Amino acid sequence: MRIGYYPGCSLLGSSREFDESTRAVLTALGVELTEVSDWNCCGASSAHVLNHELSLALPARILALAEQAGITEILAPCAACSNRLLSAQQELAAHPEKIAEIEAAIGMPYKGTAKIVNILEVLGRLKDQIAAKTTKPFAKKVANYYGCLLVRPPRVVNFDRPEDPQSMDLMVKAVGATPVEWPFKTECCGAAFSVTRTDIVAKLSGKLVKDAVKRGADVIVVACPMCHSNLDLRRSEINEYLGEQHGIPAMFITQVIGLALGLDPVALGIQRHMVPVEFKETAAASAQ
Amino acid sequence: MSRIGVFTCHCGENIGATVDCAKVAEMCKHVPGVAHSVDYKYMCSDPGQRMMQEAIKEHNLDGVVVAACSPRMHEPTFRRAVSNAGVNPYMCEMANLREHCSWVHEKNDATTQKAADLIRVLVEKIKHNTPLYPIKVPVTKTAMVVGGGVAGIQVALDIANGGHKVILVEKSPSIGGHMSQLSETFPTLDCSQCILTPRMVEAAQHPNITLMTYSEVEKVDGFIGNFKVTVRKKARKLDEKLCTGCGLCIQKCPNKKISDEFNEGLGTRTAIYVPFPQAVPNRPVIDTLNCTFYKTGKCKVCEKVCPTNAIRFEQEDELVTIDIGAIVLATGFKLMKTEAFPEYGYGKHKDIIDGMQFERLASASGPTAGVMKRPSDGKEPETVVFIACSGSRDRSKGVPYCSKVCCMYTAKHAMLYKHKVHSGKAYVFYMDIRAAGKDYDEFVRRAIEEDDVKYIRGRVSKIYEEDGKLIVKGADTLMGGEPVEIKADMVVLATAVQSNDRSEELAQTLHVSYDTYGFFAEAHPKLRPVETNTGGIFLAGACQAPRDIPESVAQASAAASKVLGLFSQDQLTREPIVAVVNRQAGPTYSYCVGCFLCQTACPYQAIEQEQILARNGEVIKTIARINPGLCQGCGTCVATCRTKAIDLQGFSNEQLYAEIMTL
Amino acid sequence: MTESFEPKITAFVCNWCTYAGADLTGTSRINYQSNVRVLRVPCTGRIDFMLLMKAFQKGSDGVIVSGCHPNDCHYTSGNYHARRRWMVYKDLMDFMGVDTNRVTFSWVSAAEGARWAQLVNEVTDNIRNLGPYAEYKALAVAGIE
Repeated sequence: MRIGYYPGCSLLGSSREFDESTRAVLTALGVELTEVSDWNCCGASSAHVLNHELSLALPARILALAEQAGITEILAPCAACSNRLLSAQQELAAHPEKIAEIEAAIGMPYKGTAKIVNILEVLGRLKDQIAAKTTKPFAKKVANYYGCLLVRPPRVVNFDRPEDPQSMDLMVKAVGATPVEWPFKTECCGAAFSVTRTDIVAKLSGKLVKDAVKRGADVIVVACPMCHSNLDLRRSEINEYLGEQHGIPAMFITQVIGLALGLDPVALGIQRHMVPVEFKETAAASAQ
Repeated sequence: MSRIGVFTCHCGENIGATVDCAKVAEMCKHVPGVAHSVDYKYMCSDPGQRMMQEAIKEHNLDGVVVAACSPRMHEPTFRRAVSNAGVNPYMCEMANLREHCSWVHEKNDATTQKAADLIRVLVEKIKHNTPLYPIKVPVTKTAMVVGGGVAGIQVALDIANGGHKVILVEKSPSIGGHMSQLSETFPTLDCSQCILTPRMVEAAQHPNITLMTYSEVEKVDGFIGNFKVTVRKKARKLDEKLCTGCGLCIQKCPNKKISDEFNEGLGTRTAIYVPFPQAVPNRPVIDTLNCTFYKTGKCKVCEKVCPTNAIRFEQEDELVTIDIGAIVLATGFKLMKTEAFPEYGYGKHKDIIDGMQFERLASASGPTAGVMKRPSDGKEPETVVFIACSGSRDRSKGVPYCSKVCCMYTAKHAMLYKHKVHSGKAYVFYMDIRAAGKDYDEFVRRAIEEDDVKYIRGRVSKIYEEDGKLIVKGADTLMGGEPVEIKADMVVLATAVQSNDRSEELAQTLHVSYDTYGFFAEAHPKLRPVETNTGGIFLAGACQAPRDIPESVAQASAAASKVLGLFSQDQLTREPIVAVVNRQAGPTYSYCVGCFLCQTACPYQAIEQEQILARNGEVIKTIARINPGLCQGCGTCVATCRTKAIDLQGFSNEQLYAEIMTL
Repeated sequence: MTESFEPKITAFVCNWCTYAGADLTGTSRINYQSNVRVLRVPCTGRIDFMLLMKAFQKGSDGVIVSGCHPNDCHYTSGNYHARRRWMVYKDLMDFMGVDTNRVTFSWVSAAEGARWAQLVNEVTDNIRNLGPYAEYKALAVAGIE
């Protein structure tokens, strides 16, 4: 399988391990990734609230570059990126009269033919192969955290159930993990307040961490760089806010699958986390 | 040569201000065939009609064009007037100078010209009109009521008391419907069963009422006054005449763990069962899907214990065809299930229940004998949250309409809960309180003010379970959208009222129209609320739209009065706007070549095959014949006919081409 | 010449929906262009397309066929027959060289008074732009009538 690849800024910066593990896992599964050359920011977090035209033009340029490269399907692992790409594509499809203006802004033709997929969709197609190639079953209790952008708004992303989604649960089951039943799969983590209002993040993400631990999870699994940085990078703020020490790691779904496939943890970027991926200690900590 | 009179009406200023009526009348005088043309201020007034009738006699007119308002408004008026002057009413046509001309165009020559054109077209049409005579059909004075809830029972009793036979068809084993499941009713808090069960018994014992429970309408043929209805009597698997309703079989049935429909899944029943103790008729049925004998071939305990040997395992469904004059649909509604709410856990939490389940919990005859116990662990709930508009007025759930009864029953539920659990806390999340009805708003105020029910205006975004509690997360929009979080023991969703299962199928069987949501459509939303567009079929209760008990009963009596009005005549007259198949002398006999494409096109199964026989009985030709009793006059067959053998009286090819030729 | 051209529009409408809808246009006093002449039939299912051809032959520049919305037919299914017939007939008209832009097929319910006015204005403007239907005479000469 060949597929276009748009990493976006997070996967080059704060979430390098998502990029590393995605490439490692998909390569191991025989998927060839073609990165969109000269890609730009998708406009996430800010463009669509400040400048509507910009919020269409930025994703449109990425899609136009992908079209030029003959890419028919494009993987954007970051949930915010895939959400922005989908939103722009759908709006331009619904309002073709805007295309000329956007084409003028980006200086290249835009057709909107490339299909945008998220990481869970790609992994979902390879599920049988993943299950077959699993050498080290990930025998942990897992709290699957989807966040908001992966499944919402349903009319844009049209993926999984917007409340109580199932795709990641099925995926971790395929590698031997046990998903815990918890209600916060799509609850807000604080998202972009990660930078400006860490107090809000501590409160919102704190609720997630606490509940995951309470329901017996060994690890929180995510598929969004923003979710990950709030649950991992902001853990000290979370622990301070809660007044409790929670060492439960937060991992990307690609890292979980990579470990199950027996890939080198360093190649998956496990060592990059702020909260160390060590299971026995966390289990003990949550038992206290 | 025709002698046609043209009567142009000013309708006061309505037509006269825009159209030059005098000029129109003058122009029409020169149209060939017009023998008389005048204009007048108000044609529909008494002097106007009299003037027309005198003109008909004086000028010996044989056709009349009234150029006035819409024929949908006054065609019956003028046809009656013409008829009284001795001219066939179908020789009168109306040109719509008001709605289609003066009201929608500027005052100028083109508008006056259009008015004259509209008249000319109809003058040409009338030249090709033929006198038509109303069709008379007999009436079978037996009514069928479909659905044995409170609406159906009321219709049946009213018609029966009016002296006519009624057949009451109910699909479940007992009549009573949803009302028999309710605990108390708003706004009086009187016991639902106490007021309903006497009516059920009265219906069962009425000499004019025949109950057909556990039965469904399978097929409907015919037309107003002359329906033939086929009813499927589902096999109860027992001889109803022998059974005494002693209940021994139910006591001894070993299969006791079947989810009980009457208790909305909150209780259990046996495989041979009566739905509830007050069921009418008090005769059990065997649920063959769950009965041990039908699953394994062994058991037959009920047969062994039955003192009257009434059990009949081999009994089959029976099809009965009945002659019926009028049908009343009272098939009721269903509630949206809690499974339809992903934000409230897709129905996986046992303590999130719907309104009807709460009724059973609160009912003295319910699974808890009226004691407040939550379904999951039987504990008394200390905090209960009621969510109004669950699904209703929610386009994402496909229900944009208001379910109408929920505001009231939610207030009732909260009150019943507070009356049973004095220390308990009751919260109601609502969007708007719609308590329009006699004593209704007072009732809601009572819940808030006297019973201390906390009303929070806002929606609930999510419910999840934590430490045995249901965490209800919502917003209080009267407090600036402040988030609210309530730890509840039980949540009651006032789920949307929806059209009953298979209502669309039934509507198609009966040829009545229905709306997007499967509710049956009334003939006119204001002036014909209990009639359907199909003659002889009427509506009562929540099968038409969400309704509460008083409205259902009022509508039921209205439908019954319509049926009684119909049955007061021995013969019905119908508009003769029907299709006819060409007939002529041999050797052609008819243009019809017997392809019967028309038969497939006819929405009313009004087209039959007719054999033209020679003297020796040999079939010369098989042609179509239209049953004028069934034909509704849509004309689809006319357009379908390859040989132009069918024509529609009143809108014949000749008439329509004559109109076009005038353009 | 074209500027003073006032097209002749013939509308075939059903009694129960569009005729009633046009009545509502009147009751609501919504103004529209006076070029249209309405012929009332019980149902669009009654409309034999030969009637349309006749209307063109008699000098109509445009034709409107309008009835109840799908599912709303007073006679349950007449409008479906009309729709199917139109789908088939459109190709046939096209094949014969009749300009199918001159026939407008539409649904207007009894509650859509404004829609009727809009429809008539749209069609009238459209036909005015297309000009008089002179080609039909040429067709008639060719023996297609």
